[in-house]
Amino acid sequence: MSEDTITVFERSSPGRRAFTAPETDVPEVPVEDLLPADQIRERPAELPEITEPELARHYTTLSSKNFHLDEGFYPLGSCTMKHNPKLHERVAALSGHARLHPLQDPEYAQGALELMWNLQAALGEIAGLPHVSLQPSAGSHGELAGLLLTRAYHEDRGEQRTKVLTPDTAHGTNPATVTMAGYEVVKVGTAEDGGVDLDDLRDQAGDDVACLMLTNPNTLGLFDRNIEEIARIVHDAGATLYYDGANLNAVMGIARPGDMGFDIVHFNLHKTFTQPHGGGGPGAGPIACSDRIEPFLPIPQVVERDGRFDLDHDRPKSIGKLRGFQGNFGVFVRSYAYIRSLGGDGLKDVSEVAVLNANYLKALLAEPGIAEYLPVAFDRICMHEFVVSGAGAKETLGIKTLDIAKRMLDHDVHPPTVYFPLLVDEALMIEPTETEVKERLDHFAEVVRSILEEAKEDPEVARSAPHTTPVRRLDEAGAAKRPVVRWRPVDENPGDPDRARKAPASGSGAM
Amino acid sequence: MSRYTGVTDEDLRAMLGAIGVDSLEDLFADIPDSVRLGRDIDLPPGQSEQEVYEHLASLAARNRSAEEEITFLGAGMYDHYVPSLIDTLLSRSEFLTPYTPYQPEISQGGLQVMFEFQTAISELTGLPVSNASVYEGPSAVAAAGYLAKLETKRHRLVASRGLHPHSRAALITHAAGYGMEVVESPLDDEGHTDVEALAAMVDNDTAAAFVQQPNFLGTVEDLGALVEAGKSTGAMLVCAADPIALSVLKPPGEFGADLCVGEGQALGNRLDFGGPSFGFFAADERFIRKMPGRIAGETRDVDGRRGFVLTLQTREQHIRREKATHNICTAQALNALAGVVYLSWLGKRGFVELGELLLRRTHYARETLGLDPINPGAVVREFAVRVPDLDAALARAREAGINPGYPLRRDFPEFSDGLLVAVTERRTKEHIDRLAAAIGAPKPAQVGV
Repeated sequence: MSEDTITVFERSSPGRRAFTAPETDVPEVPVEDLLPADQIRERPAELPEITEPELARHYTTLSSKNFHLDEGFYPLGSCTMKHNPKLHERVAALSGHARLHPLQDPEYAQGALELMWNLQAALGEIAGLPHVSLQPSAGSHGELAGLLLTRAYHEDRGEQRTKVLTPDTAHGTNPATVTMAGYEVVKVGTAEDGGVDLDDLRDQAGDDVACLMLTNPNTLGLFDRNIEEIARIVHDAGATLYYDGANLNAVMGIARPGDMGFDIVHFNLHKTFTQPHGGGGPGAGPIACSDRIEPFLPIPQVVERDGRFDLDHDRPKSIGKLRGFQGNFGVFVRSYAYIRSLGGDGLKDVSEVAVLNANYLKALLAEPGIAEYLPVAFDRICMHEFVVSGAGAKETLGIKTLDIAKRMLDHDVHPPTVYFPLLVDEALMIEPTETEVKERLDHFAEVVRSILEEAKEDPEVARSAPHTTPVRRLDEAGAAKRPVVRWRPVDENPGDPDRARKAPASGSGAM
Repeated sequence: MSRYTGVTDEDLRAMLGAIGVDSLEDLFADIPDSVRLGRDIDLPPGQSEQEVYEHLASLAARNRSAEEEITFLGAGMYDHYVPSLIDTLLSRSEFLTPYTPYQPEISQGGLQVMFEFQTAISELTGLPVSNASVYEGPSAVAAAGYLAKLETKRHRLVASRGLHPHSRAALITHAAGYGMEVVESPLDDEGHTDVEALAAMVDNDTAAAFVQQPNFLGTVEDLGALVEAGKSTGAMLVCAADPIALSVLKPPGEFGADLCVGEGQALGNRLDFGGPSFGFFAADERFIRKMPGRIAGETRDVDGRRGFVLTLQTREQHIRREKATHNICTAQALNALAGVVYLSWLGKRGFVELGELLLRRTHYARETLGLDPINPGAVVREFAVRVPDLDAALARAREAGINPGYPLRRDFPEFSDGLLVAVTERRTKEHIDRLAAAIGAPKPAQVGV
């Protein structure tokens, strides 16, 4: 079963191929007659030479080394690993979507534009903000769009503001985005109840502040009860209030960011709206905004005129383009199918069950035998996720959060997000999502319990975990110290002792 | 219950009991009444799978895709044939449904794919370091601008008018954030970037010069001269490239380009009305610790087995926060998988065969059309021509079931009668001849030589 790990390049054997070129039906003019001599490639790119059956086996074998959502429980906090309905792949693959060129004349892309129009309307209604751009490619791109919109809005009013506030519980993308958007990051503290420290916010919110970026519920899974006061403070300072939509799954149909006072929102279609995550994308990060921000939205915008849809490029105050074309349309198809499948009631049910599941799992982990090692941080009713601290397990059992996470891998469940948020020591951030049925949650709690009990007997099992995975703990420090980021033939890396091991000949690695 | 949730009445009672509350409503007590929606979301009611399929299919049927016309549209995305193998592999849940590989022990498949992808991109571009993907082409260009700012601390970017207009636009949009001025360097009379003009614009405060190979009009640029001109004051040279064209063109890295970025759609990805596809980002070794996005690295596990991890993560937002080299988190891993499978499927020889076929058909198409070329020099897979009475020609082509290409007038008012024509391996000689019959200048006894 287990074969040596070799790359597709090491499976290459000169002369093999999977591709047959179509007939050359035009004159076979020599390449030298068509290209300038100094621009012609002298040496072909060293791509593999391999048959289709071997390619199919290579990548199928690789796929079997991935844990995935269709295999089991995946409570990765703030990532909303919910079921990816299979219908969505079918409708996205329809040729009217999949083979539609982005520069097709809008007259011949009416179905696609109507889909985008409908999705914009739905997202605007869910967020409680009237204007939507689907263009940003992912959540962090939506955040950047939000700050560029904020900058354009203030500059249009003749204001130069230099700072953006982010809570110390913020996702890492928030401060990174602030820097890329040319602002200075100013942190706002967290109060004892887990919400924004209002006094600190009042102190910081001066006329040099452009924006407060907030996630609500926040990364502790707590809804900020003072949200209206927060909005008032921010708006009184003349700043915009930005909603990081990573945690929108908690509140659909219950409360809307627009009604809370947010000016700009991004959605993670690959979280809340079921775009499969693909092992690291694709996603999409549409934004919604209020009237005062609307003039600055990116181009093009989908518009409707007398029942016909078009793309409007003529928006003089627009921030311009964030990327090519209209955005990740294939993602829009999937998210639109999801919204059509569930309707308003269904989306509300999603949020209710997401919150129910999180609170139920939190209750299971609050039972004796678990709670003394993994106490809940900020223990109150949570929303769609919650955070426990592994500090107790570390102190009394001698196993760190990392060890608990790695031991979970042996139990066929994906570990929660670990060591985030930063203000909780040895944090485990757990988001079960609405996808999970009660039995899955019960099982996860039993896994946690068994890991802790096992550690009482022998902490070394967790410390050296995982034991059953395709590889065990990997040398990450070594990888960063001397980065090997591409494959090279053995004889091209004479100085690398790790390369001494000659790869097996192509085809000899069959299962 | 919706069809994607499964709380029975019995479950609900047991779960609320365990939580210690009486009703679902109690779980939302933190949300003030004043911000509650207090009504249903105003959306069409939920539908069965079958009904949703039919609705989506009816929308799709109102688009005219490349399945239904002979399309010569390109301008950044191309109607290449996507092999069945890619559909099969990308539909596997093992690739489709995991998150970013934060737990490498159970993500070796995805991580190895990233490593293989990086190797392939490195081979194509002639640069030693590639990341595991960025969003797409134009935002990759903008990301290169940010790296140039971090690296040089200078304030000015010079962008050729030969860059894809979306790349120029995205660069300007992003640069407004990170505080850089973008100036445009012109094209010469034959659709090349004007080397002398570019050289004159690159000053001591220029962080980077941006060119594209082939450029937006399809022109093969004199990359050696542009690299020399662009780097003359210590600025970086960023080359955006069409990865398919790198089958036959000398890699930007061999000319000394510092970064090579671009749109990867042509490598095994569908058109999808503009996305998702992937962007690639390759660099000289010197920039490895300033790269945006995920990078997979090879290492060993505690038993000495070969394995792969996300490496150099201290560049990234989840570790470095406001000091990160970019804010990107979710990128385009699945689309990058399609890219490396496609390149492996073509293989070392097939990639060159494909490139040479495009090269020959493209030159054949330009000659057969017989129209006044905007860029008469070498082209690989796309070229621009002046079409007399363009609107009438577009209508004639439509009548004949042909989409003849992209009118340049929106992005290049100076080419108001310009048409950008792209050729892929799906466009046969017969298709090209039909295009010529619809919009070409009659050229007796020239066709089919």
